[in-house]
Amino acid sequence: MPEECLISQKPTLKERILDFYRDFGVARLIIFAFLIFLLASAFALKLPMEQILSSVLTRFGMNGILVLAMIPSIQSGTGPNFALPLGITCGIVAITLSIELNMAGFSGFFFSVGVAALLGAATGFLYGFLLNRVKGQELTVGTYFGFSIVSLMCIFWFLAPYKSPEMIWPYGGSGLRVTIALQDRIGKVLDNFLAFDFFGVTVPTGLLLFFALFCTGLWLFSRTRTGIALSTVGTNPKFAESSGLNVNRYRIIGSTISQALGAVGIVVYAQSFGFIQLYMAPLFMAFFAVASILIGGASLKKSTVTHAVIGTFLFQSILVVSMPVANIVVADNIADVIRIIISNGIILYALTRKETGGDLS
Amino acid sequence: MTGPRLEMKNITKEYFGNKVLKGINISVQPGEVHAIVGENGAGKSTLMNILFGMPVIHNTGGYKGKITFNGSSAPISSPEEAMEMGIGMVHQEFMLLPGFTIMENIKLNREPTLPNIWSSIFGEKMRTLDIPRMRRDAKAALERLDLNIDEMLQVAGLPVGFMQFVEIARELDKTSLQLLVLDEPTAVLTENDAETLLKSVRRMANEGISVLFITHRLDEVLSVADRITVLRDGEQVATMNPSEATVEKLAELMVGRKIKSILHKDREADSDRNTQPLLSIKNLHVQMPGEEVNGVDLEVMPGEILGLGGLAGHGKIGVANGIMGFYPASGEITVKGKQIPLNSSIASLNSGMAFVSEDRRGVGLLLEESVEMNIIVQAMQSQGKFLKRRIIEMMDAKTARKHTDRMIKDLDIRCTGPEQLTRRLSGGNQQKVCIAKALTLEPNILFVSEPTRGIDVGAKRLILDLLVELNRKSGVTIVMTSSELSELRSICDRIAIIYKGRLEGILSPDESNAKYGLMMAGALAHKRKAAS
Amino acid sequence: MSDDIRNPDRKMTLQMVAPESRHEQAYKYYLRKNVVPLVFLILCILGGYYSGLSLPFLINEIITRMARNSFIVISLIVPILAGMGLNFGIVLGAMAGQFGYVATANFQMTGFTGFFVTVLITVPLAIIFGWLTGKLFNQSKGKEMITGIILGFFANGIYQLILLYFMGNIIPIRVPTMLLSTGIGIRNTIDIKGMHYAIDNLWKIRLQIPGFIFPIIIPVVTLAALAALCIAVHFLFKTKLGQEFRATGQNRQIAEVAGIKVDRIRILAIIFSTVLAGIGQVIFLQNLGNINTYGSHVQVGTFAVAAILIGGASVTKATISQALLGTLLFHTLFIVSPLAGKNLIGDAMIGEYFRVFITYGVIGVALALHAWQAKQKRR
Repeated sequence: MPEECLISQKPTLKERILDFYRDFGVARLIIFAFLIFLLASAFALKLPMEQILSSVLTRFGMNGILVLAMIPSIQSGTGPNFALPLGITCGIVAITLSIELNMAGFSGFFFSVGVAALLGAATGFLYGFLLNRVKGQELTVGTYFGFSIVSLMCIFWFLAPYKSPEMIWPYGGSGLRVTIALQDRIGKVLDNFLAFDFFGVTVPTGLLLFFALFCTGLWLFSRTRTGIALSTVGTNPKFAESSGLNVNRYRIIGSTISQALGAVGIVVYAQSFGFIQLYMAPLFMAFFAVASILIGGASLKKSTVTHAVIGTFLFQSILVVSMPVANIVVADNIADVIRIIISNGIILYALTRKETGGDLS
Repeated sequence: MTGPRLEMKNITKEYFGNKVLKGINISVQPGEVHAIVGENGAGKSTLMNILFGMPVIHNTGGYKGKITFNGSSAPISSPEEAMEMGIGMVHQEFMLLPGFTIMENIKLNREPTLPNIWSSIFGEKMRTLDIPRMRRDAKAALERLDLNIDEMLQVAGLPVGFMQFVEIARELDKTSLQLLVLDEPTAVLTENDAETLLKSVRRMANEGISVLFITHRLDEVLSVADRITVLRDGEQVATMNPSEATVEKLAELMVGRKIKSILHKDREADSDRNTQPLLSIKNLHVQMPGEEVNGVDLEVMPGEILGLGGLAGHGKIGVANGIMGFYPASGEITVKGKQIPLNSSIASLNSGMAFVSEDRRGVGLLLEESVEMNIIVQAMQSQGKFLKRRIIEMMDAKTARKHTDRMIKDLDIRCTGPEQLTRRLSGGNQQKVCIAKALTLEPNILFVSEPTRGIDVGAKRLILDLLVELNRKSGVTIVMTSSELSELRSICDRIAIIYKGRLEGILSPDESNAKYGLMMAGALAHKRKAAS
Repeated sequence: MSDDIRNPDRKMTLQMVAPESRHEQAYKYYLRKNVVPLVFLILCILGGYYSGLSLPFLINEIITRMARNSFIVISLIVPILAGMGLNFGIVLGAMAGQFGYVATANFQMTGFTGFFVTVLITVPLAIIFGWLTGKLFNQSKGKEMITGIILGFFANGIYQLILLYFMGNIIPIRVPTMLLSTGIGIRNTIDIKGMHYAIDNLWKIRLQIPGFIFPIIIPVVTLAALAALCIAVHFLFKTKLGQEFRATGQNRQIAEVAGIKVDRIRILAIIFSTVLAGIGQVIFLQNLGNINTYGSHVQVGTFAVAAILIGGASVTKATISQALLGTLLFHTLFIVSPLAGKNLIGDAMIGEYFRVFITYGVIGVALALHAWQAKQKRR
C-alpha cells in the first residue's frame, strides 16, 4: 500500500538522468568505455581502420540474426534463449543437406535457409512444450538442454549416412569432418552480393540487406496482433490470461520463432564464415548471442530489435578492434579471453538485476 | 498485581500523510485476554506490527506514542527485540517449515545445544543439537495445549488446524513468553478446534500470560476476552468489559458510518424490479485460495450498482474472479438469459463483462508498458479492436492513439502522455488506467474489485465519482467488491454480504450499522446452524 | 452449515492415508525414489560387460576415481540443503586449488609438504572466492544455478587472463619451464610430478584376488580423508549451524522471521562448498601428477553435478550416500563407455560422445524435473 505513494507522477530531470544511468548500468558503461579506449588505441597505433571497419560490418551482419533470435524468446517471457544450439544444429543440418544434394550458390543458400527455418520452427515448437513445464527455470534448463542437444548431435554427425566427399573424412574413418569448407558451396554468397568498396571499406551489401530484412520483419511482427499478444504474455502472464490469451500457446510461438531464427542465423553466419563446424562447436554460441542483446540494453524480460542491432554492433566492434590492438600491445590470443570475460560478465550483470514480477525474477 | 504488563499510549501512525492509527490507548494486565476487533483496514495489523517492531513500520517513518512493557519504556525496534522481551506472535499465514518435524519447528532457532570439541574451536554454531531435550520441550509445549500428537511428525501434511496449534506451541515454548499476540487464530479452524483453542487461550491466561486476541468472530470475543477494544478506521471507538457488550453492540461499533451517502440518492427507487436480471449467478463455487466461494446465488439487475461486502477471507473477492475465469469455478452464470461457460476469460469478456482486478499491479497492469498499450491491448486481443488488415492483422496506431487520448481526457488520467509507462503513475491514476482498459471493452457489466485499495483519500473520491458517473451516464451495470463498507454504502443501490463463501443477505445502503455488523459476523448463519 | 466446508485440506489429509497397502506403497515409493540410480546401475553393468575389462582392473580404476573425485561431489551437498540448488560455482574452488599448485610448483615443492602447503594456499583463496560467489548469489536469489554456470565461465576468463597474460609478466615465475617460450603465460600443462601421489602413496594396501594377476591397490590415507569428510559433513548437520542451513533451505522468509541471518548462512554455505571443492581439486590433481592448466577445472562443476544427480540427489535434496553412489556410477560409466562403444559399434568415440550426452542430459532432465515439480507445488 504505502509503496504506491512513493511513485511520483512526473519524473524530474534528475530522476530521469538517474533512471537512464540505472537502466544503462555500470556494466554497460564499462563496456562502452572499453570500446572507446580500444578505438583510441587503434588510432594511436595507426591500425588500418578501413580493414577494421569492413570486418566490423561483416561480423555485424553475420551475427545479427542469431542475436535477433533472442527477441521472441525474451518477449514471450522465457528469458534469453540459452537453448539456441537447438536451432543452430538445425541450421547446420540444413547446410549439410544442401551439400549432400550438391547445391551451391544462391539456390543452395535459400534451400538451406528454408530447410533451416522449417527444422528450427519444428524443434522450437516441441521445445516450447518443455519450456511450459519448467516455468521459472527456463534459463538453467535451456542451458543444459542446449548442451545435451549438441552432445547428442555429436553421435548423429558420427553416424550420419552422408556420402558427399566434401563432408566425410578423405581416408576412411567414420563420421563427418569437424570442419567443412563452404567456399564452393554457399560461402560468401550474401557477402559478395552487390558488395562495393567505399573509401577502402568493403560493404557486404547483400549480408546487411538480408539482416535488415529480418530486423524489419521482426519489428513489423511486434506490431501485429500476435506480436503484441506475445509481448503481453511475456510482460505479465496474469494480465494476458485476463485478456483471454493462452499464455502457454504464445510461449510456444515465441520458442518456435526463436529457434527458427537461430537456424537461419547460423546459415547466414556460416556463409559469411566460409565453414561450418560440427560436433562440440555450437556449444557456447548461445552465450555470445545472449551477451550481445544484453549489451544492447535488453534485460532478461525486455528486448527490442534496436537492442539487438546496437548490441551486436557494439559487441562485434569490441571483438574486431581488440584483436589487432591486443596483438600489438600484449600477446596473441587475449581477444578471446576478453570475449569470454565481457560476454559472461554482462550476463552475470543482467542476472543480478532486480526486475519486477514474472517467472524469471 | 504490579501494574499492567503492556501499555500502549496514544499510538499514532502515518503512512505518507495517511493516518492509519489515531491515538490508540491499550493496556493489558498480566493474565488478561484482551480482544481487538475491527473491520479490515481498521488498523489492527498496523498496531500489531508496531508492537512487534516490524521493519515495515520503521521503514515508513516509525510511529508516535509510547509503549511500556512491565512498567519500563520499550520503544521496540525489531522483531528480535520484541521476542527477547517476551512478546510472541502467531501470524495469520503459517510460519512453519513444511519439511521440518513439529519438534524442529517448535524449537526453530532456539534449539538447545551441547558443547563438543569443535564448538570450542569454531564457536557456538558448531554445538550439537540436543535432540532428546528438543523432543521433551516440544512435547511439554504441546501438552500445555492439550494436544496429543507425535512431535516427530513432519509438518507438511498436517491438517491446517494442527499447524495453528504448532505455531502457538512454539510461542508457548519460549520460556520468557509474557504476551502472546494471536492474529485471527480461529479463522482457519473448525468449530471444534476453535473451541479447543479458546480453552487453551484461557488456560494460558490463567498461567499468567497476557493474550492479545484479534478476531472477527464476535461470539468468541464475548466468551473468551477479559477486555475488548474496538477499532474503526484507525480510531479506538471503545474499550469495554464483555459484561457491557453484546454481539449487536460490538457489530455496530465495528462498522460505524463514515462517508455519508451523497451520491446515490439522485434517482428514484428502482421501478424496474420486475425486469429480467442482467446477470444471474447460481450455486457459484470458486477455488480461490484464501477467498473461497462455496455456492453463491445472486442476481444483478440492469443499471444498478451492486456492492459485494464481507470480511476478508470470506470469499467476496472470489466471486468476480471466478466469474471472469481467473480461478477454477463451477456453477451457472447467465447473462441476459444466455448461459456463459465458466473458467474461460475469453468467454466472459465476449459476453460483455469486464473486470477491474483487486490486484492492480499484479494482474491489472502491464507496468513496463505505456498507458496506451495498457488501455488497448485487452480489447485488441479479445475483441479484435484497433487492428487493420494488411496481409496479417497489424495494430492500427491511429485509432489506438485517438482512443487513448479520449480516455485520458474523459477519465482525467494524469500522465505525461499516452507513451508514459504505467509504472510511473500514481495509484489513483493507475486505477483509472485499469478502468479505462475495462471501458475499452464496452462492457454491459463492469466488475470492480477493491477500486480504492492503496489510493490516497482524495483520489478515492475521484474513483468513486467516476464509477457513479459511468453508471448514470453510460448505463453500465456495476458490481463493486470492497472491504470498505462505507464506500459500498456511499454508492451502491444494494449490498450483498458474503460470509464463509455464501450469500448471507442483501441489504439496502441505509440499513442500520448493527444489521451490517451482524451480517458480516455471520449471525444469521450461526442462528441457522443453532436451529438445525 | 458446517465449518468443515472452509477446510478442504483437513478432509483430504484424512482420506489420503486410507487405501493401498502400506507395504506396496513403500515398495513403489522406494522404486520411484531410486529410479535414477537403478537405471544407471543397469547401464554400468551392461557397459562393464561389453567393455571386456577385467574385474580387478575395473575395481582399481573405480577405487582410484572414487578416491580422487568424491571430495568435489560431496562439496555440493551443503548448498543443496541450504536451498541454493546445484552449486555450479565450485569451478572457482577448483581454480583456487590450481592457483595453489602454481604457487607450490613455482617454489618447486615436493611430496607431502608440497601437497600440504598447496592446501594451505588453496583454503584462504577458496574462502575469498566462496565469499564473492555467495555475495553474488544473494543478489540473484532464485537464479543461483544459472548464475553459478555463467559465473564459472566468467571466472574462467579471469583465470585465463591471469595465468596467460599476468604470470611471468606482472606475477614473477621462478621456474622458466612452467612458462611458454615467450616468457609470458603458463604452459598448457603444469608438471607436478614432485607431488604425484603425495597422499595416495603414504600408505597403500595391496589386495591379491585369487585367480587374477594384478592386485587391488587401496590408497588408505586418501580414503581416510574422504571418510573423515563424510563424518564431518554428517556431523555438521547435527549442529546448530547445520540446522540453520536446513531451515534456510526450506524457506528463506520463515527462517528470517525466526531470527536466522539468512544471507550470512547462504554465503557460509557457498564458502563451505568452495573450500571443499578446492581441497578436492588438490587431491584430484595429486593423483594425476600434472595439471591441464586451461582444462582441468572447466568441467569440474558439470561432472560433479552430474555425479550427484545420478546418485539420486535432486536440486533440493542430497545425502552423502547419494554423492558417493553417484560418483561410483558416473565414473564407472566414464571408464566403461568408450570401450563398450568400441566393442559394440566399433568406435571408442561413440562411447565418449554417449558419455558426454549422458552428463549433460542427466543434468538437463534433473533440472527440468525440479522445475516441473516446483511449478506443480506452486499450484
